[in-house]
Amino acid sequence: MINIFEVNETNKMITQENLDVRTITLGISLLDCIDDNLETLNENIYRKITTTAKDLVATGEEIEKEYGIPIVNKRISVTPIALVGGSACKSSEDFVTIAKTLDRAAKEVGVNFLGGYSALVSKGMTKADEYLIRSIPAALSQTERVCSSVNVGSTKCGIDMDAVRLLGEMILETAQLTKEQDSLGCAKFVVFCNAPDDNPFMAGAFHGVTEADTIINVGVSGPGVVKHALSHVRGADFETLCETIKKTAFKVTRVGQLVAQEASRRLGIPFGIIDLSLAPTPAIGDSVADILCEIGLEYAGAPGTTAALALLNDQVKKGGVMASSYVGGLSGAFIPVSEDQGMIDAVQAGALSLEKLEAMTCVCSVGLDMIAIPGDTKASTISGIIADEMAIGMVNQKTTAVRVIPVIGKGVGEMVEFGGLLGYAPIMPVNSYSCEAFVNRRGRIPAPIHSFKN
Amino acid sequence: MKKTIITVVGKDTVGIIAKVCTYLAENNVNILDISQTIVQGFFNMMMVTDASASEKSSVQIAEELEAVGKEIGVVIRCQHEDIFNMMHRI
Repeated sequence: MINIFEVNETNKMITQENLDVRTITLGISLLDCIDDNLETLNENIYRKITTTAKDLVATGEEIEKEYGIPIVNKRISVTPIALVGGSACKSSEDFVTIAKTLDRAAKEVGVNFLGGYSALVSKGMTKADEYLIRSIPAALSQTERVCSSVNVGSTKCGIDMDAVRLLGEMILETAQLTKEQDSLGCAKFVVFCNAPDDNPFMAGAFHGVTEADTIINVGVSGPGVVKHALSHVRGADFETLCETIKKTAFKVTRVGQLVAQEASRRLGIPFGIIDLSLAPTPAIGDSVADILCEIGLEYAGAPGTTAALALLNDQVKKGGVMASSYVGGLSGAFIPVSEDQGMIDAVQAGALSLEKLEAMTCVCSVGLDMIAIPGDTKASTISGIIADEMAIGMVNQKTTAVRVIPVIGKGVGEMVEFGGLLGYAPIMPVNSYSCEAFVNRRGRIPAPIHSFKN
Repeated sequence: MKKTIITVVGKDTVGIIAKVCTYLAENNVNILDISQTIVQGFFNMMMVTDASASEKSSVQIAEELEAVGKEIGVVIRCQHEDIFNMMHRI
């Protein structure tokens, strides 16, 4: 039988080390809502989401209370809207009506974010894809809970540079339209390479077309727990370090697995995957950067950071994989800046630059995340940043992403406040040399040679 | 039968166990096992209980026990045993 020490260990993780389940995300396919009449399409979407997800929040809260484990977010992901709206939407404005419907549905069922205002354009854009992409600034500024993402590249297809160029402009426009709130709109938008179909984390969650009608995906967390465990093995060798991370990741993931199984059983919706991610929050002690410091760095960003992060990411996976029957999504350590107090400290100390963050994304999920940049950054420069990050993903056969926030009216060193889980961030400098001639070329970057495996 | 683990943590005073047990008896919750230690002056108790005969739901019991804890200045948590089984047993 369970003994008092084990019970205390678990409860200490929950009460003192910020152990939680970060999100239960209900994936809903909207393919059966498709209609060529916009009004009917909107009605279908609203009805399907509000009926399928009506018990999601209540069930999540019930599980929280019964097991005594916080479940921070209950969210929804839907089929990429560019596919769903392709037949009914004849303009970007038409797509915005769907965004508003999604927002209304999210509010009705009480979820804090709904992801899937998305397009998959790794090889090229359809007319509908382009309408959707051009509607992103309006959609994100006129809705509250809708999250958007665009997949612009993959190892199999290469990178659609036309979409990359367009998205640079759209990110700036979104920033402009939400400038009263420190350009918050951009925090709800992410550009992907190799986007997974079953990611439960926002802003990049969408319900892929390879998925069943409805599915429960769960994202676990627990940087605080890993950091605490590592504080007991200071100065120990790498083997001990790795073993400690693995064992901790196993325990954290088991809780996620339990919550996923229960949510799935109670809602009568199949269980999809557990996303084994170390996802930080701005809360003190819930930081991935702090783990890197515990491993032995003065600040995240110091030489050795990429190696330490590679080790951390790998051990989290090795420990987590055995704890769950299905693992998927992004699964890795997240390194957002604004959502992680240790990262914020590192930037303020001058230890961490955009270029170092880019290097770090080569060895962990997911990418340049929640990075505030000066509001006068050129669209082509943003496209250049995106292209670099996409190339890393494409060549390394991993998911990479970009979620940067050009904060209109603010410059390097100033602070921006996004609030809640999104946190706050100092604005980071961006290399100001031009990449305009590169970005303005038309077409796409071909798939790399190692994608030809057949 | 699924068991519920009740933990009580707080400053040691007279009557903590009595208070918790009274609540459990009144609500038809059977106690299967009790272990208790004092760690650095802090009272630390774990009970394994069976609440299947109680008319109240486990969520309701958890909420009411939390209130009982507040009354006597300790933290009482009431959790389904599976969270511990999952984490500590393969």
